[in-house]
Amino acid sequence: MSDRMKVLTNGILKENPTFVLVLGMCPTLATTTSAINGMSMGLATMFVLVCSNVVISLLKNLIPDKVRIPAFIVVIATFVTMVQLLMQAYLPAIYDVLGLFIPLIVVNCIVLGRAEAFAAKNSVGLSALDGIGMGLGFTLALTLLGAVRELLGTGACFGFHLFPDNYGALVFVLAPGAFIALAYLMVIINKLQKK
Amino acid sequence: MEKLQSSFKNMALSLTVIAMVAAAALAGVYLLTLENINAQKRAKQEAAKLAVLNGQEGYAVETAVDGFGGQFRVMVGFDEDGNILGYEILEHQETPGLGSHMVHWFKNADKPGQNIIGRQGGSLTVSKDGGDVDAITAATISSRAFLKAVNQAYADQFGVEAHTGASQLQPAEEEEVIEEVVIIEEGKEEPK
Repeated sequence: MSDRMKVLTNGILKENPTFVLVLGMCPTLATTTSAINGMSMGLATMFVLVCSNVVISLLKNLIPDKVRIPAFIVVIATFVTMVQLLMQAYLPAIYDVLGLFIPLIVVNCIVLGRAEAFAAKNSVGLSALDGIGMGLGFTLALTLLGAVRELLGTGACFGFHLFPDNYGALVFVLAPGAFIALAYLMVIINKLQKK
Repeated sequence: MEKLQSSFKNMALSLTVIAMVAAAALAGVYLLTLENINAQKRAKQEAAKLAVLNGQEGYAVETAVDGFGGQFRVMVGFDEDGNILGYEILEHQETPGLGSHMVHWFKNADKPGQNIIGRQGGSLTVSKDGGDVDAITAATISSRAFLKAVNQAYADQFGVEAHTGASQLQPAEEEEVIEEVVIIEEGKEEPK
């Protein structure tokens, strides 16, 4: 496997941001009430992640070490606000679903984490690949968690009802269900990866 | 290129330039999208007007109340006798997956307990407060606020003081009626 492929797949399995690195738990727990919400949040985060990784990689020599964190945060917050404005203007249907979650991307540790751990030390191309890989890993994890919670909580998956309407343990849509579902998914995924 | 040293001058300069570029970029995007965002808001309001009247003659009234996650704006349609024809949520920040269900919850024709369409407006209360409207599961505060908005819309239009079951909530100081009276002739447009 070439180095580039390794960088790309790293975020999906070996260093999956949610199940292995356990970063960005705030949006993970808060937005995965349904599969579609989880996926939308994942995709929006991926966009910000790729943009901020590229820009930070470009600027890495112009930012003195001691002020790198505030500099990174300014870059990330700028992209998040841009995404919010652009979505509101040109994709109103998606914004209606996602609008509430977009500002949460700023507090997502994965974005800052990748800026610090990867983009600040690697080339622009590799940083973009890392952003895509991590973004995909995050999107997959959130979609999976959202699907499990939606299925157990309401008996539906991606909005399609698989079980009768009154089926479902509401606790899985509420906050405690997020912790329970996440913990069990982590156990399963770590067990599978060890093999 | 060599990495810049962490001297005071370099740090101040680097942060200042980054912040200025970021601010300029944001200002640009804001101006670029401003017109579109306002157009979207207006389009939504127009669509809501048609939708809440459901093709019938009546009044579309807009109100704003404080919900669980901040202010939200509702448009409610009444017929001439004050029966509710329909409603649309124009803007809200209620909890996704809980309070956000109000967008559909109160017009579910299959669940008479929670459906408010066709009811007489003015004094709707959630069952927890002694009324007969089933609140959204695990989102009673959002439900109270929503019914308060509907009652307020009724009071604004028909001049009767709203009997709200949400007496423990703050009085609606931020209430504002943007559309006083809108009478729409029987329209041919399909509700969106």
